[in-house]
Amino acid sequence: MESILTINNLTKKFGSLIAVNNLSFTIKKGNVYGILGPNGSGKSTTLGIVLNVVNKTEGNFSWFDGNTSTHDALKKVGAIIERPNFYPYMTAEQNLKLVCKIKGVDYGKITEKLEIVGLLERKDSKFKTYSLGMKQRLAIASALLNDPEILILDEPTNGLDPQGIHQIREIIKQIAAQGTTILLASHLLDEVEKVCSHVVVLRKGVKLYSGRVDEMISSHGFFELKCNNQEALVEVLESSNMFGNIKVTGDLVTAFLNEPMKSDDFNKFLFDKGIVLTHLVQRKESLEEQFLKLTDNQKN
Amino acid sequence: MFRLLNLELQKLLLNRTSKILIFVSFILPFFVILLSSLKINVFGFFTLELGELGVFNFPIIWHLTTFFASQFKFFFAIVVVSMIGNEYSNKTLKQNLIDGLSKKEFILSKFYTIVFFSLVSTVLIALISLCIGLYYSSYNEFSIIVQQTNFLLAYFIKLVGFFSLCLFFGMLVKRSAFALAFLFILYILEWIIFGLITWQSDHHFAEKIQNFFPLKAMYKLIDQPFQRIAMSKFPEKSELVYDYAVHGYEMVIVLGWTALFVFLSYRLLKQRDL
Repeated sequence: MESILTINNLTKKFGSLIAVNNLSFTIKKGNVYGILGPNGSGKSTTLGIVLNVVNKTEGNFSWFDGNTSTHDALKKVGAIIERPNFYPYMTAEQNLKLVCKIKGVDYGKITEKLEIVGLLERKDSKFKTYSLGMKQRLAIASALLNDPEILILDEPTNGLDPQGIHQIREIIKQIAAQGTTILLASHLLDEVEKVCSHVVVLRKGVKLYSGRVDEMISSHGFFELKCNNQEALVEVLESSNMFGNIKVTGDLVTAFLNEPMKSDDFNKFLFDKGIVLTHLVQRKESLEEQFLKLTDNQKN
Repeated sequence: MFRLLNLELQKLLLNRTSKILIFVSFILPFFVILLSSLKINVFGFFTLELGELGVFNFPIIWHLTTFFASQFKFFFAIVVVSMIGNEYSNKTLKQNLIDGLSKKEFILSKFYTIVFFSLVSTVLIALISLCIGLYYSSYNEFSIIVQQTNFLLAYFIKLVGFFSLCLFFGMLVKRSAFALAFLFILYILEWIIFGLITWQSDHHFAEKIQNFFPLKAMYKLIDQPFQRIAMSKFPEKSELVYDYAVHGYEMVIVLGWTALFVFLSYRLLKQRDL
């Protein structure tokens, strides 16, 4: 697969603080990536470096085939960092025209992109009159102007109200559905879980994991079970080597799988043992559970 | 180059404050010179007409108008420092870079704008001087008109140099008001150093050194014209004689500073994390 961004051993030090430590990963075309990490884990710094606004200390990165200078590559990239930054005294349309001039894009795109984010009727209002949600949507329109090969979003829903968050997520999903590569930095796990196929997990500038979301932890998921004869159920589960940890909370039994197993096979297996279930749910750990497990493992 | 200039002009001309300041910095000197050339009747007591004094004769008019017009450069200096300050306070500098402008292009777009407005100002002054001169001057031979037009070149270089200094201060402190304060501090500093050198050696030597300081070097490009006017009135008074001409080495000094300021602005931006 075509790679869009390659980062090799990137390090950034602010004085004695190491914000990004020997970070390497590759962004391939067509996937939706999340950069996960608590506040201050180096997400924004990493994005700042590849976006030409923060100077790296060591290491290197290359855009596309590696022969494009960073500022030329950025003309094929759409990016929003933290807060939307525009000229307050210009209208939305004038601001976008300025971006068109920088990126070398035709003005015709402006109407199209304002339509996508639903700001077309407010295009002649000055930027300073916009609400935060509208500002953020304008930022997305601006990032989309050049039909970017990759869209980089740094905490795009930060500070928005639930409605605004929902609007932004819908827009992101729409864009992802069109096959645009997306790199989304966030500390909101459910946000990443909802839209991303791949993740890079950072903590204190160190990469903990990079790869597919569903392979983040080598786990086969778990069953949530209820049964009228709980003791017999637990006994059967414990005697089988298919299960690792078995947790009983109230009338709910949670059994973690050691190997892949389908729910119908499992149901049949129990039925053969004379156990009839009243409740059976097969689940995988949520990203949050996986993330906490991963960061906890690293601490020990 | 035109893309970068176009970019910056949009930023400036859509901003009401900078639009007014640009207007003032160009139109005000224009009007002051125009008004001074008119016959003014002071409450019926007497008529003031500067033209009668011969100050609008070629070639002295080039000297006079460029000297007075350059006093108005401060208005555009405010525009220059605020066009940097605003980029920092709106964080649009960061956004411009993310959108694909290189740091070099950013500085160049500012510098081209400076050159552009200096050029416009020079052309305006040249035109008005030419008109007033043709109207009042006692000598209208072509060879006399084109004499000492190097004052125009000096005026242009002086503006570019001064605004480049403002650009550098703007980049250095990121805030318009502080940048203007720095300009004032530099002015005082130049005089303090001048005073120190005078104290340690002699006045003549100190003045020679001072002519290399940025603000003084820019001022020296166009010397004050009053003494010259007096000189033309009293040609027999030899103590009035002074060197008012524009010298090539004076231009080279200012151009040197200009190059240094633009380069330092670039270096500063390049090394900064935004």
